[in-house]
Amino acid sequence: MALIYPVRSLAAHPPYLAPDYVSTRLRSPSRPLVIVPHTLSELSGPAFGHDAVRENHMDLTVQHAGEPLGERIIVTGRVTDEDGRPIPDTLIEIWQANAAGRYVHVSDQHPAPLDPNFTGAGRCVTGPDGSYRFVTIKPGAYPWRNHHNAWRPAHIHLSLFGPSFLTRLVTQMYFPGDPLLAIDPIYQSIPDERARQRLISSFDIDTTMPEWALGYRFDIVLRGRNETPWEDPHDD
Amino acid sequence: MMTDARGKPDGITPSQTVGPFFAYALTPGGRYAFEVLAGDDLTVPGVAGEAVQVSGRVLDGEGKPVADAFLEIWQADGAGRYPDGSGPGNTGFRGFGRAETRDEGRFAFRTVKPGPVAGPDGSAQAPHICIGLFARGVLRRLYTRIYFPEDAQAHGKDPVLALVPADRRGTLIARTAGPGAYTFDIVLNGADETVFFEA
Ligand SMILES: [Fe+2]
Repeated sequence: MALIYPVRSLAAHPPYLAPDYVSTRLRSPSRPLVIVPHTLSELSGPAFGHDAVRENHMDLTVQHAGEPLGERIIVTGRVTDEDGRPIPDTLIEIWQANAAGRYVHVSDQHPAPLDPNFTGAGRCVTGPDGSYRFVTIKPGAYPWRNHHNAWRPAHIHLSLFGPSFLTRLVTQMYFPGDPLLAIDPIYQSIPDERARQRLISSFDIDTTMPEWALGYRFDIVLRGRNETPWEDPHDD
Repeated sequence: MMTDARGKPDGITPSQTVGPFFAYALTPGGRYAFEVLAGDDLTVPGVAGEAVQVSGRVLDGEGKPVADAFLEIWQADGAGRYPDGSGPGNTGFRGFGRAETRDEGRFAFRTVKPGPVAGPDGSAQAPHICIGLFARGVLRRLYTRIYFPEDAQAHGKDPVLALVPADRRGTLIARTAGPGAYTFDIVLNGADETVFFEA
């Protein structure tokens, strides 16, 4: 059966305009989006395989001469579609601040130290079961200028392709128990509490490596599911 | 993963903004050491189609340049073929490119003009390039399309343009800027706002 992309699933996303996140006010469409059919243009998409990834791209702690400072962590999980089927051979790109909350980006003005042994960019391709794994450093929280005394919760940025133009996703992974989540306008822009919860990784003792690194699990669900004949098609 | 009684995931992973600091990972070309995944030049030797340049600006609701966005384009080759990763189809043409906006919110791609591609129910779509736009302040990818000014006749039959209110269709049509050159500005918000799609 053909894979379909229910529009209903998109309700999990934040609206374009989330006024508490001030930058959305002049950067969000004010007119209704035009709903278009899924044509060949949307149902196809770029394919990036293992040739796009070097060996040290999945381990952000070995990209320089020395070891970066901070708390070494493993981030792993599975990429699936909405029916829970694995999405193999799909590219994941990540980027993040260092342990002090500073990005190597030239525009980052936060007066926290750069780490000569940490860039914060990584890539990997999912395995046959949709699994992926990165080794990195736990990023620090950092201030931003959205409002007085605004701080972003610690997060890792992720970018995924999936099988088509419609499955493209850019998101952020957060850490459990972070007190900044409750007051972060970007995280809180997601209206549904359960959808917000899906962006928080879970600490996992089985992923944790003794005397080496803490482990976090983060599963990612991209659009797309099988047609299910018992559901009313008008529902979607 | 949270799942329901049938073992299905609770729902899709929600989107979050790309933020302002993606360049060293996603568009590193020239400024950062990380390997480029996809750049702003899609042309490859032997690809079917006329080489063209598509450039423009991204502007916010006050007409100010958005200099920290990036665009992804996805398109067919000059014969209307999307890359499918196999077969002799289109000579290694990837159909995908990335470009960041820089000073004045400008971006530019070198590519080939796409051919017409199939639409729903046996219709044909006019030549078009799909654009995904990401930026600080954009919580979820914005999707729009570039159409070409010389294809006015095909635009009349395009099944996607047909869904766009007539007075806003112009925001989806590039302007000719010389031989093989087009300009296409993207206005995120306001009176001249570009049409964005939900798909
Ligand atoms: Fe960030």
